[in-house]
Amino acid sequence: MKISPRQFTSLVFKILCSAITLFALLVLCILILHILEQGWQWLSLNFVSNFPSRLPHKAGIKSAIYGTIWILTLTALISIPLGVCSAIYLEEYAPKKKWVSWIHLNISNLAGVPSIVYGLLGLAMFARYLKMGQSVLTGAMTISLLVLPIIIISASKAIRAVPDSIREAAFAMGARRWQVILGQVLPASIPGILTGVILSNSRAIGESAPLLIVGALSYVAFVPESISDPFTTLPVQIFNWASRPQEEFHGLAGAGIIVLLAILFLMNIVAMIFRQKLGKYKL
Amino acid sequence: MSKPNQPILATNKLNVSYGSNHVVKEVNLEFLNNSVTAIIGPSGCGKSTLLRSLNRMNDFNHNVNISGKVLFNGKNIYSRTVDPINLRRQIGMVFQKPNPFPKTIYKNIIWGPKINRLLKDPDELVENCLRKAGLWDEIKDRLNHSALELSGGQQQRLCIARAIAMKPPVILMDEPCSALDPKSTAIIEELITELKKDYTIIIVTHNMQQASRISEQTAFMYNGHLIETGTTKEIFTKPKEKQTEDYITGRFG
Repeated sequence: MKISPRQFTSLVFKILCSAITLFALLVLCILILHILEQGWQWLSLNFVSNFPSRLPHKAGIKSAIYGTIWILTLTALISIPLGVCSAIYLEEYAPKKKWVSWIHLNISNLAGVPSIVYGLLGLAMFARYLKMGQSVLTGAMTISLLVLPIIIISASKAIRAVPDSIREAAFAMGARRWQVILGQVLPASIPGILTGVILSNSRAIGESAPLLIVGALSYVAFVPESISDPFTTLPVQIFNWASRPQEEFHGLAGAGIIVLLAILFLMNIVAMIFRQKLGKYKL
Repeated sequence: MSKPNQPILATNKLNVSYGSNHVVKEVNLEFLNNSVTAIIGPSGCGKSTLLRSLNRMNDFNHNVNISGKVLFNGKNIYSRTVDPINLRRQIGMVFQKPNPFPKTIYKNIIWGPKINRLLKDPDELVENCLRKAGLWDEIKDRLNHSALELSGGQQQRLCIARAIAMKPPVILMDEPCSALDPKSTAIIEELITELKKDYTIIIVTHNMQQASRISEQTAFMYNGHLIETGTTKEIFTKPKEKQTEDYITGRFG
């Protein structure tokens, strides 16, 4: 079969794109395999149910798992309502003026600010000035600041994607603005908002730098029982183990990463199922 | 309440402009109860803007400027004491492009009455409205399916059913058939003729045959001015104004 030059170019482009995709996947697989190899043998029920210890075979991540769940839950409770309400205000209520587009621009900028800067802000603002100390709440509020821009941006996009014809139809039925928003705009944009929530959860679960700054501890032999208790999280614990010289602790770090990835994976699957269910009325 | 053939809605020296763009100019027009009034005219003549000022849908446009009066049952809807939300409950609207809510067929019908606390027997309401819109037999087994699965013509009839679920005395229709095929158009025209027993219908159309088929009154607009108004028969057989005649005979537009 003869191939014309244009068909040839198109073929080359297709092969190039698939090759690059495969390369990225390959790197990811190598990383995961490496971690599995390093951490697999350390993975056990004891690892999950033990507190950390200076003896590698006794060390576990119970306090880190609890801390991570505390931080994630609190962050979600703080950042999702704040972020979604801000997006609703910006898209549905704020006048289409210059200062609003300026706010939008700055929110996008905030999404790119290094997380350590949020850590410093949390330390100065929540831990010191508001005297909340090295508590779970300080950590959750700091992480909330970090993920708020992600939630606002994706929720704004999702709300903007709802066609005005839907709003008009609702207004023409004698709906008030809040009824249009709660009854039509939000249900129609929930799948997009959930995408932002998934992204922000993934970001929140993996952050260690801002938590180290606000004072997450590396050795916690108890489980936080209230929002004012000290805490540690999985990434902090992993960071701590990985920076030790002993080989055994590197294995523990690998095992910690496996648990972290598993939690993240589960969480995102739940969110995706939600998105699938709620998104059945495609616009 | 107004009696048949009495004006239920009337504009008085109505002017609408967007910024410096004067779209509707000094329009005085009466709409008779329980009849179909067609507003015709070339694109951009202000007919849709006129229609949207009858239920205050122009309020959402930020640089809109409206002067003059629109009297609904004798009361100016632009007076400060009138709540546009209450007004829209009584003046329904069907849009150019079918715009069902991204929900089930059933929920599309009951949403309006529900948020306005008018919902008593939802099953009966859904059946009644769909029957009136001539959709019941086609979709009675699919009430819990998404409204977006319906064809364009069915979606538009669902939008009409949704509008009549509020039992508004007046229904405004903004070129309701312009996005539809001839068969769906014929079905909707038949439906409009049926609905005028119970409702006052004001329809904007650029299709003159449609206006002559379904309406009793016709108003011709050009460049924001109301050029001529009268019974459809008069307008189409012996128009008084030269411009009307030129438009109707297809010399421009």
